[in-house]
Amino acid sequence: MNRRFSWFNATSLTLGFAFLYLPILILVIYSFNESKLVTVWAGFSTKWYGELFRNQAFMDAAIVTLKVAVVSSTLATILGTMAAYVLVRGGRFMGRTLFSGMIYAPLVVPDVITGLSLLLLFISIGLDRGVGTIVLAHATFSMCYVSVVVSSRLVSFDRSLEEAALDLGCTPWDAFRSVTLPIIAPAVIAGWLLAFTLSLDDLVIASFASGPSATTLPMKIFSAVRLGVSPEINALSTILISIVTVGVVTSSLLTKRASVRRQQQERAAIAEG
Amino acid sequence: MSRDAAKARGEVFAPWLDENAEPLIRFDRVTKKFGDFVAIDDLSIDIYEREFFALLGPSGCGKTTLMRMLAGFETPTTGKIMLAGKNIGPIPANKRPVNMMFQSYALFPHLTVADNIAFGLKRSDMPKDQIAARVDEMLGLVQLKKFGGRKPHQISGGQRQRVALARALAKSPKLLLLDEPLAALDRKLREETQFELMDIQEKLGTTFVIVTHDQEEAMTVASRVAVMDHGQLIQVATPEAIYETPNSRYVADFIGDINLIEGAVKSVARDIAEISWAESMEPLRATAPEGLTKGANCCFAIRPEKVSISAERPEKAANALPGKVIDIGYLGNMSTYHVELANGQMVKAQVPNQNRLSRHAFTWEDAVWVSFTATAGLVLTA
Amino acid sequence: MGNTRRLFLILVPYSWLLLLFLVPFAIVLKISLSDSALAIPPYTPTLDLSAGWAGIKALFADFDFENYAWLAEDNLYWKAYLSSLWIAALSTLLALMVGFPIAYGMARAPEEWRPTLMMLVILPFWTSFLIRVYSWIGILGQNGYLNQLLEWLGLIDEPLIILNTPIAVYIGIVYTYLPFMVLPIYATLEKLDADLLEAAEDLGCSRFQAFWLVTFPLSRPGVIAGCFLVFIPVVGEFVIPSLLGGSKTLMIGKVLWDEFFANRDWPVASAVAVLLLLILIIPIVLFQRQQQRQQEAEQ
Repeated sequence: MNRRFSWFNATSLTLGFAFLYLPILILVIYSFNESKLVTVWAGFSTKWYGELFRNQAFMDAAIVTLKVAVVSSTLATILGTMAAYVLVRGGRFMGRTLFSGMIYAPLVVPDVITGLSLLLLFISIGLDRGVGTIVLAHATFSMCYVSVVVSSRLVSFDRSLEEAALDLGCTPWDAFRSVTLPIIAPAVIAGWLLAFTLSLDDLVIASFASGPSATTLPMKIFSAVRLGVSPEINALSTILISIVTVGVVTSSLLTKRASVRRQQQERAAIAEG
Repeated sequence: MSRDAAKARGEVFAPWLDENAEPLIRFDRVTKKFGDFVAIDDLSIDIYEREFFALLGPSGCGKTTLMRMLAGFETPTTGKIMLAGKNIGPIPANKRPVNMMFQSYALFPHLTVADNIAFGLKRSDMPKDQIAARVDEMLGLVQLKKFGGRKPHQISGGQRQRVALARALAKSPKLLLLDEPLAALDRKLREETQFELMDIQEKLGTTFVIVTHDQEEAMTVASRVAVMDHGQLIQVATPEAIYETPNSRYVADFIGDINLIEGAVKSVARDIAEISWAESMEPLRATAPEGLTKGANCCFAIRPEKVSISAERPEKAANALPGKVIDIGYLGNMSTYHVELANGQMVKAQVPNQNRLSRHAFTWEDAVWVSFTATAGLVLTA
Repeated sequence: MGNTRRLFLILVPYSWLLLLFLVPFAIVLKISLSDSALAIPPYTPTLDLSAGWAGIKALFADFDFENYAWLAEDNLYWKAYLSSLWIAALSTLLALMVGFPIAYGMARAPEEWRPTLMMLVILPFWTSFLIRVYSWIGILGQNGYLNQLLEWLGLIDEPLIILNTPIAVYIGIVYTYLPFMVLPIYATLEKLDADLLEAAEDLGCSRFQAFWLVTFPLSRPGVIAGCFLVFIPVVGEFVIPSLLGGSKTLMIGKVLWDEFFANRDWPVASAVAVLLLLILIIPIVLFQRQQQRQQEAEQ
């Protein structure tokens, strides 16, 4: 759909993006506020960043969160890719419907229910709650997201490429490793990133799944934020937002550059031919 | 087709030859620019009522832009477009008595076939009870009475094409635009549909303007063909004239198969020109167009089916050149011989296969003579 | 695939999900039928496997629907369910009203802008949900930036009370779930064939008629998908009502959390969860069906 871009379109985009970005922008600006009173501007200062880094509880929570996110998203990526492969290429097997149901259900079940059910499981099998149980919980719900991302790539994947590999003498595992995996790699990486962010972001499931020994950053933020706005949280938010923004913008620039280069190469090939 | 209808009445349908005829459409020095790109370059043309007019050219030649200006989706940068004597420049697409059949058909996927056809009528001031009757009539015209209740994805490609036609015709437009209407159909269906289109056009008497890059299609359906290139009209004429007397190398080469031999005018005597084209070769003799001057650079053009091929030098031929057979292409109804002349020039000759299973008279490497009359070829200077 | 390898490939994710997704639900169901007790774990009966078959029978004999009866009797739960559904429905509608023009604008924007616009819509989705909700506390509070702005503009004399009311919850939901509404609608609008709109105009439609008769009906799959994607998770939302809603906003996710962490009444919390899931099954199944039909239509 490419038609005249009207004033109405321009206005709705401007207002829409202002709505999406103004609150974040205000947060970032006020993280540099001198005053403890967050709603009154009292001059530029980076002191809250210093306070934040001196706050041991926040630093500990950040480390726990990173550990959980790295391990759980890696686990989720392996399991989710396997699940996607089974769903798309596995053919028929007993309980396939149940399997695909279990893949899609966590995407729509409210966090409170997932969290509650996992907690009750951990208690009834007598598992000590802590970093380990949070990892298990996060790996479980993010593997479903990974498998959705990867299977959508697998569905559009030209099956004859795999067949060609088999025809040329690959074992099925070789074919997967040397043909399928490199081609679906972007989806697998995207899946990992998604799982990583979901884990970093999760408050509800982690609150249920963790015990007194482990506190994640969102849990820490939540308990601080319940008491109202604090400049330290503004500073922390700014750091998190910058990391994500740099990451997303870089990756989209890289993708764009790769596609531009590809187009140039294709054009050059046509010109040569 | 309208020409046949006219012939049946004992007259020739050729309003463009009549100086008093009022054109339905007049492009008056129209230019259209997209940024720096000139899509239509100072173009003027008249199209008459009841014509089946084809715009022919390679992609990017401006034919689609020309059509979209008629539909009202583009406005000319300069110049005027008149429809029945009225400047339609300021009239938006939805107010013009012009309808268009889209290349993609653009059938509304959420509406049934009947609702698609009724779509335009519902936007007009036609009373509701007449709409149903009109839809029914249109379904009958394109032989789809049984399919009114179906959705576009439940019918075949050929049927979709006819729904698109019926939808565009339902409002009885003064002018119907057809944008590559048959491009999505396979060859056999396309040929059948060409004749259907001509029948419908004749029955309704609506003026049709068709855009196509398929020269056979243009030649088959159209009363006149406009060959375009780089936003300009190169030649506007009947299919016969375009084929037999192209006005330029471009048109000659674009329409059908042709041998083009570059040369220079050696002499013009009475209306026969001699063209020298290679040292050590006899000059070619052909009918000279008016105003041909000695020494001018020119191009000799001859259609392969007008070239004869024989083992001995024919006695009375105006032109006869020796060569040898390099390639033979068997096409079923005819064969094409590629003959290399002594100086390396290739000449194509097409010979009908009149006898079934007859031995080919010539085979590879045979020494042969190619020959043609003085009126068979053309001298092109443009 | 080799047979052993195939079996391995199926079994690993399958058993993982069985153990960590399905079994936990069975446990929730079981506990919802138990009685609460001052013990660890705080419910009876517990399964005594050492007693063998008799133990299992004893377990089932002790099950009852007392907790569900309790949910039905107590006004609080009824109101919480209804108000969750109401808040979800209304905020879905609001998100549609805000999101559709954005998606429409994106689809009509010049082609070279679109990847950037897409990125701008997705970017907030990657930033912390919690932080995005938190950012509104500073804006909507009594001394918040919004009240400061309105007072400065001279539009109000008294600060508006928005934070800790349902209005703040609606704003928070629309804000955080907007990408889920915009993206599916944008996807259908972007695929929309421009020829269809030209055809509509060619057949006599004004621009607005063409929008209403062609664009809008054809964007329906995206609108429906967007509505489900907002509605379903919002029903069970916890963070937004607890940060922006104050005590006046009743939502079932918050009730469940309080029942579990504050009252430590696990059986009632489990019953709340089971009932919530039952309520959500209807829209989930409808959504699934719609997605399937959509996929089939595309093939």
